[in-house]
Amino acid sequence: MIRVILPAHLRTLAHVEGEVELEIQGQVTQRSVLDALEARYPMLCGTIRDQVTQKRRPFLRFFACSEDLSHEPPDAALPKAVVNGTEPFLIIGAIAGG
Amino acid sequence: MSKVRVLVGTRKGAFILTSDGKRETWEVSGPFFTGWEVYHLKGSPADPNRIYASQTSSWSGQVIQRSSDGGKTWETPGGGITTTPQGFPKGESNKFVYDTSAETGKPLTTHQFYDGTQHPWEFKRVWHLEPSLDDPDAVYAGVEDAALFLSTDGAHSWKELSGLRGHGTGPKWQPGAGGMCLHTILLDQKNRGRIYIAISAAGAFRSDDAGKTWRPINRGLKSQYIPDPTAEIGHCVHHIAMHPSRPDVLFMQKHWDVMRSDNGGDSWQEVSGNLPTDFGFVIDVHAHEPETIYVVPIKSDSEHFPLEGKLRVYRSRTGGNEWEALIKGLPQRDCYVNVLRDAMAVDSLDKCGVYFGTTGGQVYASADAGDSWTPIVRDLPSVVSVEVQTLP
Repeated sequence: MIRVILPAHLRTLAHVEGEVELEIQGQVTQRSVLDALEARYPMLCGTIRDQVTQKRRPFLRFFACSEDLSHEPPDAALPKAVVNGTEPFLIIGAIAGG
Repeated sequence: MSKVRVLVGTRKGAFILTSDGKRETWEVSGPFFTGWEVYHLKGSPADPNRIYASQTSSWSGQVIQRSSDGGKTWETPGGGITTTPQGFPKGESNKFVYDTSAETGKPLTTHQFYDGTQHPWEFKRVWHLEPSLDDPDAVYAGVEDAALFLSTDGAHSWKELSGLRGHGTGPKWQPGAGGMCLHTILLDQKNRGRIYIAISAAGAFRSDDAGKTWRPINRGLKSQYIPDPTAEIGHCVHHIAMHPSRPDVLFMQKHWDVMRSDNGGDSWQEVSGNLPTDFGFVIDVHAHEPETIYVVPIKSDSEHFPLEGKLRVYRSRTGGNEWEALIKGLPQRDCYVNVLRDAMAVDSLDKCGVYFGTTGGQVYASADAGDSWTPIVRDLPSVVSVEVQTLP
């Protein structure tokens, strides 16, 4: 079971509270996690990665196990702690304000 | 008794303000889509309970919302929760893909960037949603970078009307300070194939075949901020308004200058007349008097607030040139708000109601065609758009 933590606005959009849990067949990567997430919550399509290019939106980052994985290749394996559900995969909105 | 529903888009969500025909007391509902910029909401003329909303953010991009019960509940068309990866729907209501030429698959055209180089079109957000006059499931979207899209399935999916970008002048279009946006869409009630649109900064365009082909309609516009002030393309049109009974008569608030056309945009004449400044963003037409128009003069292109700190709507009952200041109920000191291009609308009651929202979060209403004003709300987030529905 993969645990995913969404930014607050995307939790609202997807009508979820707390963590999202996803079952993923095969290798657990950024791409497979996001594919599973968007399949279950189609309203999130385009909000984390571009609908056409599939690139991560610039003001969002991917963290896990105290590491910034945002610039890792989308098909790179995620850490074991994410794969076995010990640690969540975090989707974080950039800090901005004023 | 008739009712009025005012749809307000702000920098941090949407609000719906409702009143009976007296327009004296108001109920405020919302915020909807909290934390997101809502550039525009608009109801379908064919089914007032069908409302479309453009929800956008720098973090998470574009979302299209749709209500089928007058704004009580909302859904992302085609975005319902699925239980299996193979489930339907696809979640493509926010997928705006620019057309590419069939022959090469390459971008249809590029546009001029701030540095003068040619730049590919990149979708950023939906500025304006214009529901069809006849079909609640048909809606046009004006987007940044400037293009026109059409959905015929209730905003589940979108297709570009690419004749606009492809008609030839696209490489000369360029972004204004607010981006290169298609912000105005006017549908002609009498000639159903005729559509007007406006782009900052390219100008106004007209289609006479339901969006298949387009031509610029900027003759008579003069813009000192472009190399050739009377060029066919490059004018920063801020907004255009039309009375449904006289669709050949158009009123335009340009970056500077208030303009009028009596021939469907074939030519324009300046009607700024005695306005204290002819810079501004909004312009609208009285619901029952096609020669009565409203603007909110703004000091200048770098000082986006009213002159002398006095918020004044100006009304012309002569289709321009002769203007009167409307100040009753509006702040006449220390007011430094702006009124953005889609933030004024009218109802169709008698007397005509006029509404506008400010970047300071106020929505002002007049139930007597502008003679006097009252704030419906004072402290919303910065208002981006205001639309009005007059309901039976």
